[in-house]
Amino acid sequence: MQLTVWTYEGPPHVGAMRIATAMQDVHYVLHAPQGDTYADLLFTMIERRQKRPPVTYTTFQARDLGTDTAELFKSAMAEAYERFKPAAMLVGSSCTAELIQDDPAGLAKALNLPIPVVPLELPSYQRKENWGASETFYHLVRGLAGAKAPEAGWKRPARPEGQRPRCNLLGPTALGFRHRDDITEITRLLTSLGVDVASVAPMDATAADIQNLGDADFNVVLYPEIADTAAKWLQRTFAQPYTKTVPIGVGATRDFIAEVAEITGIDPAAVLAQAPSRLPWYSRSVDSNYLTGKRVFIFGDATHAIAAARIADKEFGFKVVGLGTYSREQARDVRDAAKLYGLEALISDDYLEVEAAIEALEPEMVLGSQMERHIAKRLGIGCAVISAPVHVQDFPARYSPQMGFEGANVIFDTWVHPLMMGLEEHLLGMFREDFEFHGDAQASHLGHGAVKERSDSPEQAFPGEAAVETKTTTTTTEWTAVWVSDAEAELKKIPFFVRGKARKNTELYARENGISPITLETLYDAKAHFGR
Amino acid sequence: MTSSVLTQPVACATPPVQRHESEKPVIRERGQREVFCGLTGIVWLHRKIQDAFFLVVGSRTCAHLIQSAAGVMIFAEPRFGTAIIDERDLAGLADMNEELDRVVTRLLQRRPDIKLLFLVGSCPSEVIKLDLSRAAQRLSRQYMPDVRILNYSGSGIETTFTQGEDACLASLVPELPVEAEEAPASLMVVGSLADVVEDQFRRLFDELGIGPVHFLPPRNSRSLPPVGPNTRYLLAQPFLGDTGRILEDRGAKRLSAPFPLGAEGTTLWLKAAADAVGVDPKHFEKVVAPGQERARVAVERQKEVLGGKSIFFFPDSQLEPPLARFLARELDMKLIEVGTPFLHRQHLERELDLLPRDVQLSEGQDVEKQLDRCRDSNPDLIVCGLGLANPLEAEGRATKWSIELVFTPIQGFEQAGDLAELFARPLVRRTRLEV
Repeated sequence: MQLTVWTYEGPPHVGAMRIATAMQDVHYVLHAPQGDTYADLLFTMIERRQKRPPVTYTTFQARDLGTDTAELFKSAMAEAYERFKPAAMLVGSSCTAELIQDDPAGLAKALNLPIPVVPLELPSYQRKENWGASETFYHLVRGLAGAKAPEAGWKRPARPEGQRPRCNLLGPTALGFRHRDDITEITRLLTSLGVDVASVAPMDATAADIQNLGDADFNVVLYPEIADTAAKWLQRTFAQPYTKTVPIGVGATRDFIAEVAEITGIDPAAVLAQAPSRLPWYSRSVDSNYLTGKRVFIFGDATHAIAAARIADKEFGFKVVGLGTYSREQARDVRDAAKLYGLEALISDDYLEVEAAIEALEPEMVLGSQMERHIAKRLGIGCAVISAPVHVQDFPARYSPQMGFEGANVIFDTWVHPLMMGLEEHLLGMFREDFEFHGDAQASHLGHGAVKERSDSPEQAFPGEAAVETKTTTTTTEWTAVWVSDAEAELKKIPFFVRGKARKNTELYARENGISPITLETLYDAKAHFGR
Repeated sequence: MTSSVLTQPVACATPPVQRHESEKPVIRERGQREVFCGLTGIVWLHRKIQDAFFLVVGSRTCAHLIQSAAGVMIFAEPRFGTAIIDERDLAGLADMNEELDRVVTRLLQRRPDIKLLFLVGSCPSEVIKLDLSRAAQRLSRQYMPDVRILNYSGSGIETTFTQGEDACLASLVPELPVEAEEAPASLMVVGSLADVVEDQFRRLFDELGIGPVHFLPPRNSRSLPPVGPNTRYLLAQPFLGDTGRILEDRGAKRLSAPFPLGAEGTTLWLKAAADAVGVDPKHFEKVVAPGQERARVAVERQKEVLGGKSIFFFPDSQLEPPLARFLARELDMKLIEVGTPFLHRQHLERELDLLPRDVQLSEGQDVEKQLDRCRDSNPDLIVCGLGLANPLEAEGRATKWSIELVFTPIQGFEQAGDLAELFARPLVRRTRLEV
């Protein structure tokens, strides 16, 4: 039993819904009690989908449990088929139905419908949303494309001379983080390379598209969390190679192009020579100097967290001080990535643990999900969102992919934005004691003299600073920090967002060197000692 | 309608009960229900009882539901959470009661501010028959008097949406102190109201000379209202069947009234309390007149938009019949179908009398069939849940999301205009947009 305040992922049947909802003609019959229909609103409200998810819930109640919930499943399924006439159906249980063990697979089979029916076994008490999506996509691909599988040992014939290579884009789902725009961006990129996209799946795919996946020359795996298992099966069955690089960031996009070139034998030089992203120049321009060595904490799904770490380190010149994921299935990849930055990865789906890690590391910026955005807001740290769990804000009206060269441009803007705000606050902090720009002064465009009713000066944005006025802060049984008033006054001149750290470091330095009280000299000695 | 409501029928002391319900039989359906389960009530209950924590004992689905229903991720540590049952618990590798005790201990150590802990049952905990009432007793022995520990079920197999509040309040009733036998008659207002609404009602009761007045749930678990044979209770919400029954077991008597929505509903609701203690009708009219007038003016303003428009309610909160009565009688809207998850005939007796005679009520739901009826009848406005609203809007139909009616203060004279405006807004919006 695990105490959970907020969850990063829903249950695995929500993952299955993300596959069914992404597609055009697949219907999912979910054996579930009243209330599980809440999941519909994720799609209709967060993603603003214009159609209800293609899901029928059997809606059993307590009084049904003694009687025949299996009969209820069969009638719900038969009615759903009659009403929606799907090309294929998925059947499965939500967490409660799993406990009553009605066997949707067997019941569905007994109905003998004239369409493919793919049964799902998604253990709710063990697994989560992304795994559920991956498993559903895999079984759907296997169930539908499997009918066209060639004999074992079949070799893919060479592509006829003059025919452009064709690939499938695998992994984009409903409720995915920027999946909609990533598809467009990567399709453009591949087209410019001379590669055609045969099918995108599951997003907007039909059951027939899934059936024909094996026809393409290779697969592009956009989101390994969702599509890795299916891509591996397609490779084994149809001798289709698949890409391993996720093209997020300039470097990764270049690597991705090289990988596609390798698979297809295409010369990528022309596309690479166009230098189509502004990120490299923006990062090298002098006004980006202030980005140097910014300490960032990164947390998200494995794909986006690993990509963000590489971009932060190599393309922004940040210092990655923490890297983690809630995707246990991809924990190994994240651990490997963390080693590149000399870190131990944080693998956790406990929001409170992530919060504690951020608090302890005191980063200058957080790159995370909406959950970390809230943590960062509370701690007064800038934050940009890089990963699901999704929020309505993660479906912007404008085109804003994460992948490809345009994705890199979007990322540059998105990440710099909160830091620009940080810079403004820095200036505010510098003028903190100023007669004109003090914390209680009203915004200058509102005229002079008025004092704000509700002060939102930096101190209040940073609750940890409440102790600034006191002479004694760090208290342990054997050592108490005492600041002389000069040093205390000097500390206040340090911008608020690094002040807490300066205080902590100075006190640490004083304690280790047995210095008391802390004077101006101690402050600057400590600064020199800890300076990077 | 508005003027006649305010001039005559409320003046007579006890309105004679006349049964004139709808002529049409209630549609009763079962099938897919597009409604929340009772766990969702935690979203407002934890804001109401400010020192309570709600611990759902359930699955990841339960945790995900509450998080999604809360809509925004509140950026403080909230006073609700889920003890997620995992495979080790189910396989018997871990003793579930010991696990629960461990989780509760950790929680209470972290949150010394918690004085009342609800263990909230879910579909999985009900199906595996995890006995949360015994767990609550066991843990209470350990943590009383610092923390009171109660339990109720918010499971979807037993409760629909607002029934979760009913189950929660019903679990509180046995904890209420005994009212002294010689105590003067007291009034208990039952059902969560926004604090601002509660304060308005309290002022009105004071002016009317009605008192003492208590509210259930209280804002703080240390101020539980007393109950006894001299308690009269007035329901502020229509979904409190079990709570009412248990209050009556403890001697309280229900005052029959419509619900305090709109000028008429609020007047009749207050009147029921006033009549029970013999407030002079002239004094009553004097006290309520200013509020009534403000409500009338505010509601009248929306009549231009809503008058004559047709409306279709999908079931959601059990507030549908009183809302429909308000819209029909004070705004001249045409009711096409009034769906409700559960129709409590006794508690709604006065509402059913006030509804138009040709109203089509429906109880329970088969969402596909109901959508067919809705499309066929082509209403001007559809009241429905969040799962249906955008898809219906995409078909070109105007909708009002029902959950807002639960989260927004809508009761009382001062909110009558706001309530009307909630229904008018989607229609006004459509006239403004030119894209």
